Amino acid sequence: MTGNIIEARELTKVFNGYLTAVDHVTFEVREGEIFGFLGPNGAGKTTTINMLITVLKPTEGTATVCGHDIVKEASMVRRKIGVVPQEYTADEDLTGYENIILCADLYGIPREISKKRANELLELVQLTKFKDKKVETYSGGMRRRLELACGLINRPRILFLDEPTLGLDVQTRANIWEYIKLLKKEYGMTLFMTTHYLEEADALCDRIAIIDHGKILVTGSPDELKSKLGGDIITLSVNEDRNISGIIEKVENVREVRRIKGEYRIKVKDGELTAPLIIEALRNEGIKVTRLSLSKPSLNDVYLEYTGRSMRDQEESVEDFRVRRIALRRARRRR
Amino acid sequence: MEEVSGNPLHGLWALTIRELKKWYKEPFVFFISIIQPVIWMGLFGKAMNISAIITNNLPPGVPQWLADQMMKQTFGTSDYFSYMAVGMLSFVTLFTTMFSGMSIVWDRRLGFLNKVLSTPVARSAIIFSKILSATIRSLVQVSIILIFAFLLGLQLSPSFTPINLLGVYAILFLLCIGLSSLFLMLAIRSTRWETQMAIVNLLNLPLMFASNALFPTDAMPDWLKPIANLNPITYTTDAVRQLLIFETININQLMLDFTYMCIFSAAIASISIILSWKYLSK
Repeated sequence: MTGNIIEARELTKVFNGYLTAVDHVTFEVREGEIFGFLGPNGAGKTTTINMLITVLKPTEGTATVCGHDIVKEASMVRRKIGVVPQEYTADEDLTGYENIILCADLYGIPREISKKRANELLELVQLTKFKDKKVETYSGGMRRRLELACGLINRPRILFLDEPTLGLDVQTRANIWEYIKLLKKEYGMTLFMTTHYLEEADALCDRIAIIDHGKILVTGSPDELKSKLGGDIITLSVNEDRNISGIIEKVENVREVRRIKGEYRIKVKDGELTAPLIIEALRNEGIKVTRLSLSKPSLNDVYLEYTGRSMRDQEESVEDFRVRRIALRRARRRR
Repeated sequence: MEEVSGNPLHGLWALTIRELKKWYKEPFVFFISIIQPVIWMGLFGKAMNISAIITNNLPPGVPQWLADQMMKQTFGTSDYFSYMAVGMLSFVTLFTTMFSGMSIVWDRRLGFLNKVLSTPVARSAIIFSKILSATIRSLVQVSIILIFAFLLGLQLSPSFTPINLLGVYAILFLLCIGLSSLFLMLAIRSTRWETQMAIVNLLNLPLMFASNALFPTDAMPDWLKPIANLNPITYTTDAVRQLLIFETININQLMLDFTYMCIFSAAIASISIILSWKYLSK
């Protein structure tokens, strides 16, 4: 073991010969860390997970999980991993307890052990009270917790979580985050998760990879990525249509000015001191600042930096994403 | 940290139990699935009473025994209800197994299939659990139908022994395996239940009527006979009739029935398992 629990090399998936969902992706996940794939819908996150959990075969490239090749030694990989899928996959007609036992049986865990472990896990995710209720009566958060318990039944070395908080309310999301942190802290488990929530990646992940259109754009810890941006960010609008980047660039401490959709995004050192200087400089030119905001770098800024798009501000491309996502879904199902 | 049990049957049995639980834990669905074939048999078998048509409409002067003889010539028994009730056993099997493909479509859609595929369960066990559960369900229904048929007036042949009953279950078991494999095979890559419905509807009628289940193949037109003679339902129904209601057993024909059904079910089940290796995960 090199300390890397996942090593992916040039991993690629092309659906139906033309739709490239994952495009020569290379990355490592270290033992014991929470590694996040951050990207918009349709970026290729789920396809990557499906290859790593041996449900999809890569078109090109390879990866090892727990030291085993995902194609040649798929059954070894399957024994050592746990999966919490994006969908609610528990059988609605069965009770929570029956669902966990079913999962245990799929791993061939003897009944004496699986009974004990199922009860422990139900306790962990606080579903003991509801264990004999049919899953169809569960709320979204309860189901997600049940999926989590099912994914842990074989005591996996690595747990894959695909969009673990998709569609959950804020409170339930925080609740799921607690469990994820607990797994890392108490059990030293490695977690590989995908998300399109920036705050989720920021709050949970030790390292993240930003993925878009099937390619990894950058990898690093959230702090690393933020500090790479080099300083604070001032966003401002003015009552002037012409490009005034030149004026702003001359101000002290300003590192970079970009004009995005009529707004100026300015990278500066010491934002609190520099903002008044910029306003001053513009006023001297007769330009009035109509709006200004100062922010410490966030993952959203990192995202913007590498993709040229804001995660929160995707209105103009929502239609593209939708089309691409539907195409991907279809391809994934058809396969 | 992780324990490994080498028993591949474990996952198979767990998945089979899951399917069965979905069936018997829903009392309403369970009841419907049992009552439906009984209604079929009661209404169809009693309403379309061919024996009565012949005996009640005899021209004056034609003796009753002649009518009986005609019935025996055509159906092998003088009682059409018995003839058709046996055919119902194959029908019940067909009706139950043809929806087995549907469950794999749902499992795929709901993501359950993906989850199972990420566990060490053998790919073939996923398919085989569905074949097995459809078979168990069918045989339970067959038993209930058999009891009702008897209550409604099925006339057993004088040569009937309990051993014949074993033969009946054996051949119906083969039919279940074969038909459920067939429908699963057709569903293995499908993601739309609408497609599956269309397939079921398409195959349902020819399998049902191009067979001897309701009517003897000898009386069918020449173009239809070869089709009926390829239909596994024909062989199964013939074997069950010989074992249950015919006065004399034609050993050669019975052997042929069993041989044909063994080959049919083994071949189709093998193909579906090979396809499951190939197409379940890709």
